[in-house]
Amino acid sequence: MVKETKISCTVNGQQATLNAFPMERLLDALREQLQLTGTKEGCGEGECGACTVFINGEIVNSCLVPVAQVAGAEIKTIEGIATGDQLHAVQQAFIECGGAQCGICTPGMVIAAVDLLERNPHPTDAQIRNGLAGNLCRCTGYMKIFESVVRACQK
Amino acid sequence: MNLIGKSIPRKEGRKKVTGAALYVDDLTFPEMLHGVTVRSPVARGRIKDIAFAGDIPWAEFTVVTAKDIRDLKLGENYVALILNDQPYLAENLVNHPEEPIVLLAHPDKHLLEEARRNVRIEIEELPAIFTLEESLAKREIVWGEDNVFKKFLVDKGNVDDVWSTAAVVVEGEYFTGAQEQLYIENNGAIAIVNADEGVTVWGSMQCPYYVHKALVKLFGLPEDKIRVIQTETGGGFGGKEEYPSLIAGHAALLALKSGKPVKMIYDRAEDMVATTKRHPSRTRHRTAVSKEGKLLAQEIDFVIDGGAYCTLSPVVLSRGTIHAAGPYYCPNVRIKSSAVATNLPPHGAFRGFGAPQSIFALERQMDKVAHAVGLSPEEFRRRNFIHQNETTATGQVIHEQVEMGELLDHAFALTDYTAKRERFATENPSASVKKGIGFASFMHGAGFTGSGEVYLQSVVGAEATAEGRVRLLAASTEIGQGTNTIFSQIAAEALGVDYDLIEVAQPDTDNVPNSGPTVASRTCMVVGKLIESAVLGLKQTLVAANLLAENFTQPEFQKACGEYIDRFGPLKSFSKYSPPPGIRWDDDKYQGDAYGAFAWAIYVAEVSVDLLTYEVHVEDFVALQEVGRVINPTMAAGQIEGGVAQAIGFTLYENVVWQNGRMANGQMTNYIMPTAADLPPIRVHFAENPYAYGPGGAKGIGELPMDGAAPAILSAIENATGVSFNHVPLMPEAMMESLSSGTE
Repeated sequence: MVKETKISCTVNGQQATLNAFPMERLLDALREQLQLTGTKEGCGEGECGACTVFINGEIVNSCLVPVAQVAGAEIKTIEGIATGDQLHAVQQAFIECGGAQCGICTPGMVIAAVDLLERNPHPTDAQIRNGLAGNLCRCTGYMKIFESVVRACQK
Repeated sequence: MNLIGKSIPRKEGRKKVTGAALYVDDLTFPEMLHGVTVRSPVARGRIKDIAFAGDIPWAEFTVVTAKDIRDLKLGENYVALILNDQPYLAENLVNHPEEPIVLLAHPDKHLLEEARRNVRIEIEELPAIFTLEESLAKREIVWGEDNVFKKFLVDKGNVDDVWSTAAVVVEGEYFTGAQEQLYIENNGAIAIVNADEGVTVWGSMQCPYYVHKALVKLFGLPEDKIRVIQTETGGGFGGKEEYPSLIAGHAALLALKSGKPVKMIYDRAEDMVATTKRHPSRTRHRTAVSKEGKLLAQEIDFVIDGGAYCTLSPVVLSRGTIHAAGPYYCPNVRIKSSAVATNLPPHGAFRGFGAPQSIFALERQMDKVAHAVGLSPEEFRRRNFIHQNETTATGQVIHEQVEMGELLDHAFALTDYTAKRERFATENPSASVKKGIGFASFMHGAGFTGSGEVYLQSVVGAEATAEGRVRLLAASTEIGQGTNTIFSQIAAEALGVDYDLIEVAQPDTDNVPNSGPTVASRTCMVVGKLIESAVLGLKQTLVAANLLAENFTQPEFQKACGEYIDRFGPLKSFSKYSPPPGIRWDDDKYQGDAYGAFAWAIYVAEVSVDLLTYEVHVEDFVALQEVGRVINPTMAAGQIEGGVAQAIGFTLYENVVWQNGRMANGQMTNYIMPTAADLPPIRVHFAENPYAYGPGGAKGIGELPMDGAAPAILSAIENATGVSFNHVPLMPEAMMESLSSGTE
């Protein structure tokens, strides 16, 4: 019989302990144990990117990550992207440019955009498209999201 | 103030970009159980037995079947909508795969999933039908006496007299497939039921009062014992118009029987296979034209596949029927249409609501007729565009100034259409990747069809606080399209106060009046106009009470609100819909003013077709439309871009594969929607012509962009390859088959 185990990690800069079965999804542990509900489930199979989080600086789909894998890791979720009341340039740009509509893909999309700009502060149009191709949005047709990323670069 | 026409940022934008916005799955209640649905494994049959098998502690589970609705002496076991033919839970017969039969609730989600797999439903299978052709041929009668949910006939002039005298008569047949709405937030609801307060439901939805009406019937309770609250909703596109009534009822039945809060959230696979999709369609055209290229007669036969239950099919059919003859003047038009039953899960609302299907057929037919009379697609349309004071197929006189020809010129200038046609004609013969450019012309009516808005009797309220803030009370939901923001803009503009002074109440049937469903491109044009009147009512009340002058500053307004509330109590104002003057509609003959206003559009697509892989890529897309006055340019463009993206998916990517009536590719892995890497630049342009009866001059916008991409892209593919395709989705396999054999 598989038992729940304690898994320690850092989430948004704070020490956290998760009580979970080793194969439980990181997505569920974040949402249900830490009440970090900004990370969304869209498909549960790693296609849509709504559950994107940073693990040790790399973006992953948290629906595909068993909790056991994050022992000792540093996790950052959408709740950790702004600094206090100060929004990240990407978040500010999403508001200004209409990058968010229904908002359900937005947390994952913002994280993907933050990651893209951390790796490449001045991406070309094609690099923006490819950088965000793992995150599905059904509302915007992506145009305003591209504009948001460009705006964020200028900030 | 000049707030109309300004790109004010989204009201709830900050919550959305920080992850603080709360969707239904983000809510939790003490002692909450999770609920799941056990569904029919077959398309059609008789339920013989339900067994609870396996090593499952069944005594811990709350179990609900159709029998409970009787045993608990509730109301009716049907989803109240139009024909009330769809049960909440099947009792004797099942009519489609995935039809709900048993509901289970338990605190442990994992155990619940195991339990769901151990409910054994024994069904004696009956013959089933899966296509509209089988339904029309009455291979089996699966609904009513003739498989027909609804028929319409639109008759203008007399087409029968024309065929023998016309220079050219052209026939064509066109097909469109099912399409999944694919909102990124799956359907979900949470219910609490107790003796004092009755039934309370939180959920992801477009139409709180549809859910309310359905729950009143299901529980047999008075209206004030049912409360429906919309949580932040992660996209709808029609997919959360009627389906939430079903899931809310299921959660509430489990909550009643267990005495605990119950949360029901579908996963993606369940949402895709069990919930509604766009109606597949078949359209036949017969068109008579003079030798000068003028339309003489259009005979159109439009059929949609409604699936196993009626749901909204009559209304979808209605909109598809009325849009079937398009933005052209033709003296003789006959449109016969029907919505028929099959044993697929019921099809439902999806952005465009029947119009994308019939407009696709019409625009392909217009290209075909143009070719037959020896005119270019654009010249043929120019000779037939409808003008001011001419009549549509339903005999509606177009009173507004319509300049489709000018829109066409403008769209061609934006895309360099003519030069590109010439260049592609020169370059294509020696190229393995062929290029093409094509367009579609169309219109889309805003608001409910015909007398629909009159029947709805929508009401909107505005309430002032003692601090002089204004709260808008409407059941119209924010589902991403910008309701909160444009309502606030319209209200602030009408009152001449700051945008930030306006709040929008969360749609909650205990607190907001019924402003009608959030559908049919009606929220801005129809409900927005009521918002305008309701807030002006606040002002008039203050003026009548001698607390405010006709011309006032914001501090004066705020002070007057405080004084009024001090002296007289709550300050509220309500506004109820009344139709613009001169609107008339005949429901029996289907003649008259089908819509208060139409938006008019020309969409141009440029494609490349790779003759090695048979892949089509849309290289450029221009969407030019006249939508009255644009309230918020950024949001309006966002609506158009998103709609065009969905329509490109409908045309080239999104293929529902049916196996015995069940969607076989119910995953995002193999049902493909466009990604950021797939789409062309979508260039949006507005021509503005203020509409006298819309708020600030606005007309409807939401559905329009779904209409034009499919015919424009297929026209561009025809330009590139010389082959005219008549169906969407157009997958590479079909391209290969036709292109290697020459014609479709």
